[in-house]
Amino acid sequence: MRDSREGLERGDRKGPGPFAPMSANGNGFKRADFDAIAESIRPGSRVLDLGCGDGVLLKYLKGARRVTGYDVEIDDASVLGCLTNGVDVIQSDLERGLSEFESHSFDYVVLSQTLQAMRNTEGIIRDMLRVAREGIVTFPNFGYWLNRLEVLAGHMPVSDNLPYQWHDTPNVHLCTISDFEDFCAGHGVKILERKVLTSGRPVEVLPNLLGALAVYRFQRA
Amino acid sequence: MGSGTAPRSVGIVAPQTARFSEPLRLRSGAVMDAYQLVYETYGQLNAERSNAVLVCHALNAAHHVAGYYADAPDNVGWWDNMIGPGKPVDTERFFVIGVNNLGGCHGSTGPASINPNTGKPWGADFPVVTVEDWVATQARLADRLGIRQFAAVMGGSLGAMQALAWTYLHPERVRHALVIACAPNLSAQNIAFNEVARQAIITDPDFHDGHYYGRDTRPTRGLRVARMIGHITYLSDDEMASKFGRQLKSGKLHYTFDPEFEIESYLRHQGGKFSETFDANTYLRITKALDYFDPALEHGGSLSKALAPARANFLVVSFTTDWRFSPQRSREIVKALLDNRCGVSYAEINAPHGHDAFLLEDARYHHLVTAYFDRIQREPSA
Repeated sequence: MRDSREGLERGDRKGPGPFAPMSANGNGFKRADFDAIAESIRPGSRVLDLGCGDGVLLKYLKGARRVTGYDVEIDDASVLGCLTNGVDVIQSDLERGLSEFESHSFDYVVLSQTLQAMRNTEGIIRDMLRVAREGIVTFPNFGYWLNRLEVLAGHMPVSDNLPYQWHDTPNVHLCTISDFEDFCAGHGVKILERKVLTSGRPVEVLPNLLGALAVYRFQRA
Repeated sequence: MGSGTAPRSVGIVAPQTARFSEPLRLRSGAVMDAYQLVYETYGQLNAERSNAVLVCHALNAAHHVAGYYADAPDNVGWWDNMIGPGKPVDTERFFVIGVNNLGGCHGSTGPASINPNTGKPWGADFPVVTVEDWVATQARLADRLGIRQFAAVMGGSLGAMQALAWTYLHPERVRHALVIACAPNLSAQNIAFNEVARQAIITDPDFHDGHYYGRDTRPTRGLRVARMIGHITYLSDDEMASKFGRQLKSGKLHYTFDPEFEIESYLRHQGGKFSETFDANTYLRITKALDYFDPALEHGGSLSKALAPARANFLVVSFTTDWRFSPQRSREIVKALLDNRCGVSYAEINAPHGHDAFLLEDARYHHLVTAYFDRIQREPSA
């Protein structure tokens, strides 16, 4: 989705901070969460990728995991980016759901760094689990200690993972790792796997405090 | 973009004629014993014969897709902004074919041609042709040109219906289909517009039940009205408002029935120009071909089942202000292709021009087609 992509671009412009996501511009770099996602996906699967930007995730998964599938993007630049990257893309607004896609027609649906910008959070999670066996989401953990520190200091956090000022952010539903797990428990979503990363490295201890980025794989409970 | 050269015209082109004597059974049951197709080609067919692109035309166009004629330099092909060296469909890399469909009035056998059984023009006796019939004749032309498989078949509107039909009628012969401003069938509203256009022609006293060639008349008044109606549906309300608004030709009202508003004079001009160059019997048949197109009909209404044989990869494009073939109709096609797990990309171009947008130069639209043909070029051919 446009939002996460712009976020990355803005993050890039600030220079490589300690938590900078790697470039998603398709120049051979990959975002920190790509490996974590790829590890969770069985080779040869059918994957629907929602709002990744310019198809680099699916392109990466096609190479690393021999997957097939489509990207879903809303803005023109992302659609063109997908085609340029050789990735099939359907131009559609995720907020309107995934009605083009039949139930159970994919192995995985991936929503990478877009959940926090979705208005209809419940709707998209429900639709993800309708069209695919398993869902994968990644999002910036608002409970990360640097974010907490900024809030304690009296400001909304602005960082490489959260690059927007409060007044122009597309992120309408930021959450913490604990929040997301509560949400899953309350909405019939069974978490199969959780990975927490900071600067691309796994975080094992106190993930909700020390983790900058969360990666979840889940299915219907 | 493309080969890296600045976009140019393909330059001077010349139509060619292919004659076929093997009888062709049409969907209607009628049989064409012999017929000819007029076509143009641009670029070079490569040694593997794998770089051919077929361009299918819509209602009022023909085989003259790109370039211009030596004796008529102003007669530029109808999709010249799309096709040429360095253009989205780059003729430095692709061998592009434009063909006038059977029943046409630009050189291919049609109602004005001589019926060999009577020695007179076919007129009203020329059979009704369908999208599937056109695909059958185009396939024979491809055989003639030694093309077993097209790199792409493409078109807009009715041309897109032919591109779509190719993919389920000859799945092994199409690697990619570009289905632009299309619909899986016409809505009742669309058929209604076509019927008004046909009635305008048929009720013209100069129509003579379609046998007007031997007389010194043509139903130009009816054809003019038909074209005016069609033209309204190809433009969006906003586009008409911004182009014409309520502008008056002379700046004041005259309280007569002469054209006073600019839009009236524009429609009369377009209708008049069209009626001089187009044949009414062809117009009738092409509108029927549009009405009849409905691949799902033979599959219990399931477009997914109709498209099940397709093996091509697809680029489906719609335009937000196209109310004749709205984006929703393209989404139906996309859904059916997704159901069949076809390779498909779908783009909805935010353009103000209505249905006609597929013919116009728009950076977002042309960049998509460029990127798609780059991808066709990169992939290994079968």
